[in-house]
Amino acid sequence: MLKFILRRTLFMIPQLILLSLIIFMLAKAMPGDAVTGAFQGNPDATPEQIEKIREKFGLNDPWYQQYGRWIGKAVQGDFGMSYMHQQPVTNLLAGRVENTVLLSLFTAIMIYLIAIPLGIIAGRWTDTWADKMIVTYNYFAFATPTFVFALLLLFLFAFILGWFPTGNSVDIRIEAGTWDYIVSKAKHLFLPVMSGALISTVGTIQYLRNDIIDQKIKDYVKTARAKGVPEGKVYTRHILRNSLLPIAAFLGYEITGLITGSIFIESIYSYPGLGQLFIQSISLRDFTVVTALVLISGAAVIIGTMLSDIILSIVDPRIRIE
Amino acid sequence: MTNPVLDEKRLIAQEKLNNPSLMRTIWREIKHDKMALGSLILLTIIVLAAYISPLIIDPASLTRVNFLNVWKPPSAANWLGTDDGGRDVFGQLMVGTRNSLTIGFCVTIIAGIFGLTYGLISGFYGGAVDNIMMRILEFLMVLPSLMFIIVFVTIVPNYNVFTFILIMSAFYWFGKARLIRSRALAERELDYINASKTLGTPSWKIMFFEMFPNLSSLVIVNMTLSLAGNIGLETGLTFLGFGLPAGTPSLGTLISFARNPDIVKNKWWSWLPAALLILVMMLCINYVGQAVKRASDARQRLA
Repeated sequence: MLKFILRRTLFMIPQLILLSLIIFMLAKAMPGDAVTGAFQGNPDATPEQIEKIREKFGLNDPWYQQYGRWIGKAVQGDFGMSYMHQQPVTNLLAGRVENTVLLSLFTAIMIYLIAIPLGIIAGRWTDTWADKMIVTYNYFAFATPTFVFALLLLFLFAFILGWFPTGNSVDIRIEAGTWDYIVSKAKHLFLPVMSGALISTVGTIQYLRNDIIDQKIKDYVKTARAKGVPEGKVYTRHILRNSLLPIAAFLGYEITGLITGSIFIESIYSYPGLGQLFIQSISLRDFTVVTALVLISGAAVIIGTMLSDIILSIVDPRIRIE
Repeated sequence: MTNPVLDEKRLIAQEKLNNPSLMRTIWREIKHDKMALGSLILLTIIVLAAYISPLIIDPASLTRVNFLNVWKPPSAANWLGTDDGGRDVFGQLMVGTRNSLTIGFCVTIIAGIFGLTYGLISGFYGGAVDNIMMRILEFLMVLPSLMFIIVFVTIVPNYNVFTFILIMSAFYWFGKARLIRSRALAERELDYINASKTLGTPSWKIMFFEMFPNLSSLVIVNMTLSLAGNIGLETGLTFLGFGLPAGTPSLGTLISFARNPDIVKNKWWSWLPAALLILVMMLCINYVGQAVKRASDARQRLA
């Protein structure tokens, strides 16, 4: 067990290094660097002055020295300056990380709240009308692109019916910390969370349904039934214990997917999170912010996948590959 | 005495009846599933309309700005009203559908070729080659693809439709490669591959002319389903403003009108039809895709 965890963690390190190298090369390929940023307000700068600044920022050093400096700072949370906003990238990220994490967390919870009961119903009562409805819903959810679904929900529930706000993460007129503030936050979160959750349930429902169908004809279930265990308990005490465990482990994959997948939903609901910042920054050609965001998202996915792999190997020893 | 030649002919005919071609099985499966049949018919109508109507519509009328005719709601002259430049939305919808479909097809085929080649090589050689190629693939699969595509679209010089197709294809073959590889690994253990190796057939010939035909049903199923995904992705990227360059309208271009709150609510005719059309197309392709999937796996067939 320990050996697997160690191996999996070690395997992550080259992935992180490779990711940072690729992003570093991309950053170099992006137009503009620290110098163009510094000279933005000063078009009269002479080539000698620019050269001096380049030297000062270390832009004439060999690439591996520049890379070392960049990654060393990034690890400590220093991603450089945003030249559009004239402030450290870290400051820009600060307020938005919370919003995106909140959105992803609630979306994940909502996915499980919807998918687990539906998956159990579909698996336990296969080929009933309830199962058929759930399978049809799955078809729709699988086929619908996120941005189309989010737009339709926004149009219907925010614009036509007016039940929910059309953008932002909270009503700015309300003081932070009050009950009204929490209510306003919840109202602003509801539609973005639903747009993400309702069409992301496919994997979980399908997994649960298939697994329960597989489990319910196994010998241990037959034994339980033969002993006279009531049907309800056969499910809660026997089948679901086996079927639900891996789902707990999928949480890691799910959340990392949601954090990077929030680009569409945050843009549509003008929800001030990381995804919206990414689109804004790249439209403004503010590449220090873009680089930081890609690096953070990539690292989050790599670490999240590793955690999920480890949890999965704990709950399901069969996948512990040597 | 029966004629031996005739007998052989009858045997071949019988054999064909017992092992119908994939296309025939797919058609039988679709005929049996009413939803799939309806989807196929609707999809055919959409595709025909998208490719034929741009030939009839005057292309100039879609680009000519007419300030006297701005934001007109749907009417007999403009079936779906007009946009901010007085251009006909219905005409743009048809041209956009055609462009989105064409790009979806191209990306599906190019990404399919990438994934197929990678998966076949990895699965055919196995061992150390497979090990290294799979580690690389695992790394590629955890990259935040959407962000990378957007970054590439922004920084690539001379950005045009072809570079866009290539960038998209470059990030959407990973899943296919893994799928093909797992089947190729099983296939390489079979006798016909060993026999062919013993006869000295070059490896590339075995991979593409002997192994590939046996995986073709898997490839067809996967390509049908990823076609829907690719159209969704292209329109999504264009919607965000990082897809098709201006001047090549896609369904996403029309939907991107909806980034303005006033237009979402009061000028719905500009973006809603495109959004619904994407939804309908995705559903149809998926229904047909599921039927194709069942046809390729005898255990799941309904017919």
